[in-house]
Amino acid sequence: MSRPGNRRPECHKIDWHLPAISSSASAHSMNRDLFVLTYGALVAQLCKDYEKDEDVNNYLDKMGYGIGIRLVEDFLARSCVKKCHSYSEIADLIAQVAFKMYLGITPSVTRNESSRNEFSLILDKNPLVEFVEELPAGRSSLCYCNLLCGVIRGALEMIHLTADVTFLQDRLKGDKVTEIGITFLKKLEEKKCRRKK
Amino acid sequence: MSGSFYFPIVGHHDNPGFEIEFLPAEKVESKHDHHHFNQSIAHAALGLVDANRWLCNNMHLKTVDKFNEWFVSVLATADHVKFITLHDVRQDHGIKNLFSDVYELYIKLAMNLFYKPYSPIGSSTFDIKVQFLGKKHLLS
Repeated sequence: MSRPGNRRPECHKIDWHLPAISSSASAHSMNRDLFVLTYGALVAQLCKDYEKDEDVNNYLDKMGYGIGIRLVEDFLARSCVKKCHSYSEIADLIAQVAFKMYLGITPSVTRNESSRNEFSLILDKNPLVEFVEELPAGRSSLCYCNLLCGVIRGALEMIHLTADVTFLQDRLKGDKVTEIGITFLKKLEEKKCRRKK
Repeated sequence: MSGSFYFPIVGHHDNPGFEIEFLPAEKVESKHDHHHFNQSIAHAALGLVDANRWLCNNMHLKTVDKFNEWFVSVLATADHVKFITLHDVRQDHGIKNLFSDVYELYIKLAMNLFYKPYSPIGSSTFDIKVQFLGKKHLLS
């Protein structure tokens, strides 16, 4: 069944029919405080190991990438979502299904009007920063939750989509909300198809 | 009925973690010489705190010492963090409430992995919140 290319996203709303408690919640349950404290300990240790904020941010991103490339398998197996046909569907899927499943929150998705490939996830509450009131002195450009950016980037790369994921705003740095920006870049070419030709 | 209050938090190794003064409106001028005096009274009371903590079941030790007109009330936690109040008027109810609220704030701060345990508390949000609580419980 072919779809017209310039179909507007509004008439293509997908109802996810999510259960109140995610099916994976019972399979992988962990005490929330333990998880938040473990993440905090990780970031605190990285801050001791690396002096520059950029190094800590890069390392968090790399670690997140390693998690994302593996987590996407678990996600696709448990959520049984069908194929997405547009970038906005993918952004909605990340916000409403993936975040809900793994962090228990549902960020809202906004789309950048000027570009079809840029989306933002606005996190109104972030469980990872529950015990952190403000960034420590001398660490003003630390992206505390940069692991999440790496996870999203790694997961997207495994389904052959390259994206640039960064924090656009962060409550810990004084902004009003926490915003993650996802910019979809050119689709990765599949090398196997080329070789057959 | 309002008096002046000196409120230090002393850490595990008897090191100072935090201190703040609550003065009523008519005594707002800073008393630098009294500051050292208050510190020495609080420090002298620490020995009594350690003696009294084994006699009391809960953390709130009430008034452990009296020096001239100053009373010393203490909340001592299980890991030897002491919340001390030097006060010149008896205000047990207000002080008890202040201790409970500041203790809750302290627990939340302690869960922050960037905060080195028992180190001096430099967080400005903590300072602002303690000032608010002090006004609410002690000076109203």
